Amino acid sequence: MTRSTPHSTADTRGHFFGRTRTPTGQFFTYVTLALVALLWLLPLAWMLGVSLKPAEEISSAALLPQHPTLHAYERLMAPASQTTIDATGRPVEPTPFYFPLLARNTLIVALLSVGGMVLSSSIAAYGFARIRFPGRDILFAICLATMMIPFPVLMVPQYLLFKQLGWIGTTIPLWGPAWFGSAFNVFLLRQFFVGIPYELEEAALLDGCSRWGVFWRIMLPLARPALTVVALLHVLYVWNDLVGPLIFLSRPETYTLALGLQFLQSRSGDTPWNELMAAATLIVVPVLILFLFAQRAFIRGVATSGLKG
Amino acid sequence: MTRARRDLVAGLLWTAPWWLGFLLLTAGPLAATLYLSFCDYSLLQPPVFTGLENYRQLAVDPTFRKVLVNTVVYAALWIPTMTVLAIGLAILLNRPIRGQAFFRAAIFVPTIVPLVAAGVVWMWLLAPESGLVNELLRRVGVASPPLWLESPRWAMIALVMVSLWFVGTPMVIYLAGLQEIPLTLYEAARLDGASSWGQLRHVTLPGLSPIILFNLVVAIINAWQVFALPYVMWRTRPGPDRATFFYTTYLFENAFTNLKMGYASAMGWVQLLIILGLTGLTFWISRRSVHYVSQ
Repeated sequence: MTRSTPHSTADTRGHFFGRTRTPTGQFFTYVTLALVALLWLLPLAWMLGVSLKPAEEISSAALLPQHPTLHAYERLMAPASQTTIDATGRPVEPTPFYFPLLARNTLIVALLSVGGMVLSSSIAAYGFARIRFPGRDILFAICLATMMIPFPVLMVPQYLLFKQLGWIGTTIPLWGPAWFGSAFNVFLLRQFFVGIPYELEEAALLDGCSRWGVFWRIMLPLARPALTVVALLHVLYVWNDLVGPLIFLSRPETYTLALGLQFLQSRSGDTPWNELMAAATLIVVPVLILFLFAQRAFIRGVATSGLKG
Repeated sequence: MTRARRDLVAGLLWTAPWWLGFLLLTAGPLAATLYLSFCDYSLLQPPVFTGLENYRQLAVDPTFRKVLVNTVVYAALWIPTMTVLAIGLAILLNRPIRGQAFFRAAIFVPTIVPLVAAGVVWMWLLAPESGLVNELLRRVGVASPPLWLESPRWAMIALVMVSLWFVGTPMVIYLAGLQEIPLTLYEAARLDGASSWGQLRHVTLPGLSPIILFNLVVAIINAWQVFALPYVMWRTRPGPDRATFFYTTYLFENAFTNLKMGYASAMGWVQLLIILGLTGLTFWISRRSVHYVSQ
């Protein structure tokens, strides 16, 4: 299997329909793409816009607030112990979305989870890629097949298992399983390792380097692009996960951002839209920044997942 | 120790993280769910074996039928629209135009937005009175735009629309696939006098066929697990007239709200079998139409 190389964006491809080179074809392409891009970005623009609006302006559909305020954000930064009072003098119940705490919890889960995922997946992937042992191909086929198993069929017994271990209410069920790697990442990294020439390893082994030394000092550094992809996609997964926290967490002090926003949205009594949008913005901005810095790795990671399937 | 045995030990040690996890978190739970699916189990008392009772109940449970139909309808609406949109956008993005990287990033960016945040944002966009979508519709002259999330007729369509916001994922996969199709094939097709439609039909789509198959399988698996978006977007969980009550949502409620763990387990196994069956069916149907370009 060949590895796809990053493609330059301005090449000679794209002859489809024969009329791409004609002015009308170009125009049609531009207008369509511009329209779709605009439509796809609108929700994010309005999310930011509404989050900056004072209460009186929420019902207007305008993008830009006339009197922008950070009031909604301030509410989300007030600790639960601190009761606040709204404009009419009524006490406001503490927000279920106390950003500093939720962000800290989510970050801890993400770090513990990503560390385990990258390390364990790459160890197992190296085993599948480089060690010829009886039963390897069957084991690898089973690994691939498990990707089709839906999580709902596993969640009841996993819940019971973690309950036995006393882990319900802690964040361990959210990052512990990552230390066993995941079938998809094992597969992704194995494909990468298979593509690395043997000669490098053989030389090191002949020099008396151990398998582990070869893995740690030669393979892992070479696999850095693939490891980055695995780490990025997994951070995104942890950041996004709602089912896991919903099932396994029970104490507000351990909640993650996604779960906090879910509660903010569903609590009795309406949470004002500017506050909900501020919370959504606070969840989106960190991954957005990550995306801007690592755009290529993100897109390449998603793209190759399909090409190798 | 013989060479073969040494290799076996080394292989099993290296791959241990994965197969230990497989035994503890996949194979074990699968067996446990299968056993529990034959039991009445409320978590408070030990499981009581009841044979096929859960499956018999599933067969006559009107809510089960409802979520089954809803999930199938959702998949039937979402998968084709998403596939056409993703391939269409990928073809446009594959053309050599200025700003290509920006357009690609703009359409891809929503896929990194956490589903909970996306659900909240779209709840506002689709709000009947103050929402942006209806505001725009009224401006272009639609007197009484749909109530979207509150309407049993439009709720499903609203969810499909929101799901299409995430078209970026299959789109970049198709885009990478397009770039693997040898240009010489297009040149040959044009020399043979193929029209633009002919090129699409005889070069592009066959060239993409393995990726279309991959994306279809992924989409089928995902459609049966749709959960977070409807869970967030409809506070009254089943949605208007249960229009957005889905398979996984009902399974989740049985397990963790109603504490019917045995019933939920039976639903889990039925879901697994449905997914395996549909995946197998997709492969079987596509066996003649998928072309692998040798590399």
